[in-house]
Amino acid sequence: MNFLRVTITRLAYAALLLVAVLVLNFTLMHMAPGDVADTIAQSAGGIDPEALEQIRREYGLDQPFIVQLGSYVGRMLQFDLGYSFFYSQPVTDLILDRLPATLLLVISAQLLALTVGVVFGVISARKPNGIFSHFVTLASLIGYSAPVFWTGLLMLVIFSLILPWFPVAGMRDVTIENGNFFIHTVDIARHLVLPMVTLASIFVALYSRLSRASMIEVLGSDYVRTAKAKGLQTNQVVYKHALKNAMSPVITLAGLQLSAVVSGAVLVEAVFSWPGLGSLAFQSIIARDTPTILGILFFSSLVVIVGNQLTDLALRLVDPRVGRTK
Amino acid sequence: MTDQPSSNAKDDLTSKPSSGPVGLLIEEPIEKARHPFMEAWDMFRRNHAALVALLVLVVIIAGAIFGPALYGRDPFDMVWAPFTPPLQNGGFILGTDYLGRDLLAMIISGARVSIIIGLAAAFVSVFIGVSIGAVAGYYRGWVEEVLMRITEFFQVLPTLLFSMVIVALFGASLPMITFAIGIVSWTAVARITRAEFLRIRELEYVTASRASGARDLKLIFSVILPNALPPIIVQSALMVGSAILFEAGLSFLGLTDPNVVSWGQIIGSNRPYFLDASFTVTLPGIAIFVTILCISLVGDGLNDALNPKLRSR
Repeated sequence: MNFLRVTITRLAYAALLLVAVLVLNFTLMHMAPGDVADTIAQSAGGIDPEALEQIRREYGLDQPFIVQLGSYVGRMLQFDLGYSFFYSQPVTDLILDRLPATLLLVISAQLLALTVGVVFGVISARKPNGIFSHFVTLASLIGYSAPVFWTGLLMLVIFSLILPWFPVAGMRDVTIENGNFFIHTVDIARHLVLPMVTLASIFVALYSRLSRASMIEVLGSDYVRTAKAKGLQTNQVVYKHALKNAMSPVITLAGLQLSAVVSGAVLVEAVFSWPGLGSLAFQSIIARDTPTILGILFFSSLVVIVGNQLTDLALRLVDPRVGRTK
Repeated sequence: MTDQPSSNAKDDLTSKPSSGPVGLLIEEPIEKARHPFMEAWDMFRRNHAALVALLVLVVIIAGAIFGPALYGRDPFDMVWAPFTPPLQNGGFILGTDYLGRDLLAMIISGARVSIIIGLAAAFVSVFIGVSIGAVAGYYRGWVEEVLMRITEFFQVLPTLLFSMVIVALFGASLPMITFAIGIVSWTAVARITRAEFLRIRELEYVTASRASGARDLKLIFSVILPNALPPIIVQSALMVGSAILFEAGLSFLGLTDPNVVSWGQIIGSNRPYFLDASFTVTLPGIAIFVTILCISLVGDGLNDALNPKLRSR
């Protein structure tokens, strides 16, 4: 019962956050110089003031701020994100077309970073002053300090140019015409490797540092000593008893980092010409395509909010204490 | 003469300060009151990596301040054939970019912009973060609730996309870029400040100050804040690093003032040709990398120096 109530509260709160993003979006659009009518006029190559006024009336731009805001939020919640005059397509279609590529990149990079980070952290926690532990500290410092787009370019120089192992750009090889499902999967996977590793490289540092610290703390706790005293094997104690408890701060951090992962994805997509939301954002900013930019901001916030809900759920599965306190 | 020792013994037992400075000096000679700053500096000095990093940073900052005047070559001048590799004909130590501009001059000039924006944006975000965190942690109740909801809201927004939107909508001037970075990166500072305020406001000396009539503003700024500073300082140092990274990302994407050179912008503008002339993107990247690495190491050192839990006493 409690589980259900907490879930409903969280969902309501997530919906509220989403509406807040929309209000912010609209306020930004409203404050920015120029409006939709100007954009239409511009793409038509100049227009007389009367026609401009008529367009403003048609789009409801002469209405008071709050009325416009209301109708904007209403439209957005029905996933009507407006029309892109640059791409001549509804923004929703544009975004839904690009969303899977971004999700694939973000999720795979996040999972890779978590896996590698936790493995590094746990191994170095078992010997906090060992050589591997120092290596992890150094590697995570380097991973954190390198700008992600630069890491990506270096990856391309090394693994596409010097060693021609992976493709330079894109998500699919256009020369493969009628391959079966398997061939396409392998093709996409080959394209995914470098962007995924690049994006993960920033976050491996964070996760390994935190899981190292958390693991060291848990390994020093009483119940671990009890488990050892019972005569359990060290591996069993570390991986069955300690790991699960050491993971909850790491999962919390992973949830907090989601918006940073999506942000990093923008840069990584720009480097690898990955056909996701990030490169769409990049192109529409150059084209000054405001509806598309704001639509992307809305959708990527949605991705983060949904991701946070899932993180929350994962956290409650790992650690039953979470959710009971509040 | 005979009662001299007994009077001494009496003095020792009661240990009056009037017994003379000699006895005091012998009994507790070790601890001399030192300025907390010196104590922190002593701790910081023990971290050799942080010390070296600090030196490198000083060199980089000096280079950013005096470099352009000393080197004397305009970063916008097209001086030689495009894509001249480093140390080849023409005598350009780092070679030339896609327009034949001197890469070393560009990196030196870019240091200024990158570091100034890094510092200014970190200042903006620390200012916002400390204000929100302090008010939330001090007043508690519904104020805290509202401010923390706002903080969570900013955590959900994908930071880079949001600042891209701001810069794209309101123009790519340096103040706007600084604001766009500051407005998205204050949440960590706010959370840390709030946590410190929540802890410190319950301590006895705060209650004592309040009892002796200190007002809210005085309590926040001169009683609680100075004691909450150590973790805020560490976080601020790291903020400078992440602001520089952030600016590099924005200018890599082309969202930068076209009239100035910055590190990310050099990489971004040479990016289309990097498969033929990879040094044009690797070299400016090294400048960013080394700067951020040093800032992180200094941040670690500050953490050791300022975190009271790690101190020996």
